[in-house]
Amino acid sequence: MSKAVSALGGVSHSGFVDVAEAGLRGMITVRGDLASAKMKKAVKAATGTAVPAARRIELNGDKGAAWMSPDELLILVPYAEAVATVETLEKALAGDHHLVADVSDARSVFTVRGAKAPEALMKLCPVDFEMLEEGEIRRTRAAQVAAAFWKSGADEFTLVSFRSVAGYVMGLLEVSARKGGEVFPA
Amino acid sequence: MSTRLQKGGRLIDRSQPMSFTFNGRKMQGYAGDTLASALLGADQMLVGRSFKYHRPRGIMSSGAEEPNALVGLGEGGRFEPNQRTTTTELFDGAMTASQNHWPSLEFDVGAINDKFYRFLPAGFYYKTFMFPRFAWKHVFEPFIRQSAGLGKVPEARDEDRYEYAYAFADLVIVGGGIAGLAAALAAGKQGKRVWLIEQTPNWGGRAVVDGVQIEGQDADAWVKETLQALEGMENVTLRSRTMASGLYDHGYLLMYERIADHTPGDGRPRHRLWRMRAGHIVTATGAIERPLSFAGNDIPGVMLASAVRDYVVNWAVSPGDRTVIVTNNDDAYRTALALLDAGLAVPAVIDARPEAKGDLPDAVRARGVKVLEGKGIAKVKGGKRVTGVSVCLQAGEGAELETIACDAVAMSGGWSPVVHLWSHCGGKLNWDGAQAMFRPDPARPATGADGEAMVTAIGSANGHLSAADVLEDAHKAVGGRGTAPGAVSEAEEPIMPVWIMPQGAGPALRFKMWLDPQNDVKVSDVQLAAREGYESVEHAKRYTTLGMATDQGKISNINGLAILSDSLNQAIPATGTTTFRPPYTPISMGAIAGEARGEIFQPLRKTPMHEWHETHGAHWEPVGHWRRAYCFLRTGEGVHDAVNREIRQVRNSVGLLDASTLGKILVKGPDAGRFLDMLYTNMMSTLPVGKCRYGLMCNENGFLSDDGVVVRLTEDTWLCHTTTGGADRIHGWMEDWLQCEWWDWKVYTANVTEQYAQVAIAGPNARKLLDKLGGMDLSKEALPFMEWREGTLGGFRARVHRISFSGELSFEVAVPASEGRAFWEALIAAGEEFGVMPYGTEAMHIMRAEKGFIMIGDETDGTVIPQDLNLQWAISKKKDDYLGKRAQERSFMASPERWKLVGLETLDGGVIPDGAYAVAEGHNANGQRNVQGRVTSTYHSPTLGKGIAMGLVKHGPDRMGEVIDFPVDHGKVVKARIVDPVFYDKEGEKQNV
Repeated sequence: MSKAVSALGGVSHSGFVDVAEAGLRGMITVRGDLASAKMKKAVKAATGTAVPAARRIELNGDKGAAWMSPDELLILVPYAEAVATVETLEKALAGDHHLVADVSDARSVFTVRGAKAPEALMKLCPVDFEMLEEGEIRRTRAAQVAAAFWKSGADEFTLVSFRSVAGYVMGLLEVSARKGGEVFPA
Repeated sequence: MSTRLQKGGRLIDRSQPMSFTFNGRKMQGYAGDTLASALLGADQMLVGRSFKYHRPRGIMSSGAEEPNALVGLGEGGRFEPNQRTTTTELFDGAMTASQNHWPSLEFDVGAINDKFYRFLPAGFYYKTFMFPRFAWKHVFEPFIRQSAGLGKVPEARDEDRYEYAYAFADLVIVGGGIAGLAAALAAGKQGKRVWLIEQTPNWGGRAVVDGVQIEGQDADAWVKETLQALEGMENVTLRSRTMASGLYDHGYLLMYERIADHTPGDGRPRHRLWRMRAGHIVTATGAIERPLSFAGNDIPGVMLASAVRDYVVNWAVSPGDRTVIVTNNDDAYRTALALLDAGLAVPAVIDARPEAKGDLPDAVRARGVKVLEGKGIAKVKGGKRVTGVSVCLQAGEGAELETIACDAVAMSGGWSPVVHLWSHCGGKLNWDGAQAMFRPDPARPATGADGEAMVTAIGSANGHLSAADVLEDAHKAVGGRGTAPGAVSEAEEPIMPVWIMPQGAGPALRFKMWLDPQNDVKVSDVQLAAREGYESVEHAKRYTTLGMATDQGKISNINGLAILSDSLNQAIPATGTTTFRPPYTPISMGAIAGEARGEIFQPLRKTPMHEWHETHGAHWEPVGHWRRAYCFLRTGEGVHDAVNREIRQVRNSVGLLDASTLGKILVKGPDAGRFLDMLYTNMMSTLPVGKCRYGLMCNENGFLSDDGVVVRLTEDTWLCHTTTGGADRIHGWMEDWLQCEWWDWKVYTANVTEQYAQVAIAGPNARKLLDKLGGMDLSKEALPFMEWREGTLGGFRARVHRISFSGELSFEVAVPASEGRAFWEALIAAGEEFGVMPYGTEAMHIMRAEKGFIMIGDETDGTVIPQDLNLQWAISKKKDDYLGKRAQERSFMASPERWKLVGLETLDGGVIPDGAYAVAEGHNANGQRNVQGRVTSTYHSPTLGKGIAMGLVKHGPDRMGEVIDFPVDHGKVVKARIVDPVFYDKEGEKQNV
């Protein structure tokens, strides 16, 4: 779908860490019984991963499954595969009480990259980065709006917000990553 | 003269001179100076004027307790008033200016108040309210406004940036003196996550100035060694220039870091506000020395004894060649020794105690200084600086025994532990009579969520004044292993509390004994307050303004409450202290705002078409956090004209509305139909797949809460449209009922508002326009009114609803938000031949009003039920229950006397003002005209060429044709006829084509 564009067109800024809008990402909200056999199969079929435990994200290349609440997951796939993945999930969960909704276009995705990435994010999110485990997703806020993030690389975090506030979130990240604002300067 | 000494100064770097200005005069200091030490080093003793009497004010202390030495610092976008010179680091090029005087610091007209002190007694401000009545408004208020306020308000926009940072720790130790360092070392060794913060740039606190020996070495060396050890611990974080501002419940500690105050413009944020969540807080905040209350104790050159030795030892600044010491304790003798060591003269130590024995007084005597026992200062001589003191008997009334010429007076009335953080969350204090101080009561600490102590006070903050006790206390308090670091300092004899000097001072002396030198509160004022009945310390504080200045009474509170206790003939603990509230010292507004300024002051929600609108003349209005186009202005066009143009376009051809902000909530599950039947007043379970139905939602009290079109997507899935502002609220409302009340119903919801860009294509040419995009059969037969279809429209994945809020043939098309901009532009391009144009919210409002459609927030205000709006057709009679049903059956709700919706048409074709009331015969009990209705929506209709309105009127629907009166401004009355609220296309033929 060449007509589809992300909210900020992939804008990026370089400070003591690099912040960038990561572009479109397929995201699907799944609600249902996370412990059921059907859910396990459905998630496996959609992403190749297990159903994540509480506050965990399971990643498999460009796909993944993140725990959102006791009865909600967020499925991550490439943007172009979102529609097909919705069908896969619907088929796999048929017969069980569930809800599957494509929310790919309702979100904006950002990356915060650099050894000091936590020092930018800790200005915005009330999160204990020292205690954040590998493979953990954190639903939190970035200043005044809802956000979620996880560690997506050795020195990289991926942060998700609502699409309508993408400009606000990028403004927050840009100012928080500005040079001179290192929280623990070497 | 105060001056810079040739040698010494442990904190200054003489190889780095720095120049600065004071009131435009160029001066020089060194790296490591505070503004205060640099000013004193440049012989600037007079630095400001007091608040009320405009008395000359000099530097009194060397730390956060400073009441006097406040300046305006910087210029333009970096100007800030009330900067405390004792805690502000000098930087090269600093521009400082004194405050609260006119025309100049040296000659201040306001000082005339000093001569009229009898007319400005305690509570004078309140007294001016009382008598005579006219005087407050015409005399006192203008006078007080003119003279009140210390600093100037900054006029330029702040050039700096500020930020928050969130942090977490097992233990936060506040205060980087030897107590804090020892505690951090002991706790760090246990592997705890420890933060140690210090408000100044320097570690070690008082001990390094006072010549304490720790572990067999100078305190200075021990501090360096300990810091090195702490820096080597990964679990310990050290932060200087960071002040613990306030402690709140559950270990929530606000910490104020002054990152770049001393390096302005270097690209770093100026301040950072740390929002720390701590498992436990240790306050190692030290103690503050108290002044003594003798006449003239506010004259520049009278300083705290500890401050005098700080200036000598830390910054090599002498307050004068000859310094008289006045004290009631041994500690002040250390100042005499420090001055002597620096080669300065101490003409005498005046000790109020009948006997001064012990190591420290003996050491001073051995250096040839005379110690006057049982004596006090009757008064200080001098105006803008000290010239001498007259000595009297402490036990007497102030008869002069001798005069001693001097340049400075170093006073010490004892020490008060800094108990602010300890007290912020409810930690209690005990009065320690032997040491004459309030100190933390370990049995009554502030408690955390587990009911255990959340704060522990250690060291001097806990009332320990000898270095050995301080270290022992610090080590033990954090459960340190082994023995505490040992310390040696001189033994001290007991203090003798002295609250007035001399003890029997008469009124003339008491009028000149300052308690709070910033707010000009004197011993006489507190005594007057007590006589006038202000017995509670909190009342006396507010009546006299004692401790209400920017220093929050750090040096004045204890002295003040001691005077109050004395006046009330009660013990000090019976009087108690005032409440300690955050912040400990003032923090900048910038730090409080953090990053929230300019573009990111508040989140702004934008639809996918926002930027297109912006480049096409959008005149914005805020709707929640969204911005929606009110109308689209063309060059040279006014708002009213633009709105009319947009309406004509929709009525005659076709227009586009960005409706993306409308709430969209998926509701799915076996019980979804039953759930929606409870939420909406009408039936949603019976809605066939493929169809749309308008629905109303009420709260439990029956009042209309939200409305919108509900779409049946599949057998078990509905899509509920809400108002723009209602999306999050209604989603929360649904989840509330599902999670708390009907938890066993099988229903899932998802808020998909932002997944779709939604466009209303409205007007007689709407279908033609969409047909040009192609891909879906949108004919009347294939897509009848109030139905929807999914398909591909012009290559876009689209869900097309045949619904109309304008009364015209209208489609609302939802496409994925990421394609919204492209879809919008495709519509604009395809509609060119129809002259298509976007329309804004105002055109939408007017067109819905022409059709008599209600608007949540206009026709409803939280007191309106659907029946008031003649919406009975949307209330199911078949259902046993829905939210609000029972409330609507209550007698008042069912009453025929309720005001009901009608249309209103002015007789002269004009527009009734919004919110206008219709009057009825007679007056009510308050003498006001009775009313019988009010306007809820009112517009000029370009379609009909006249004013139209909707309103709620008593018995309205039964009074069609009747004319009622709306009195508006200046006795004018607008006459309006009650009519049907549907003004346009009553049969609905236009939307059904």
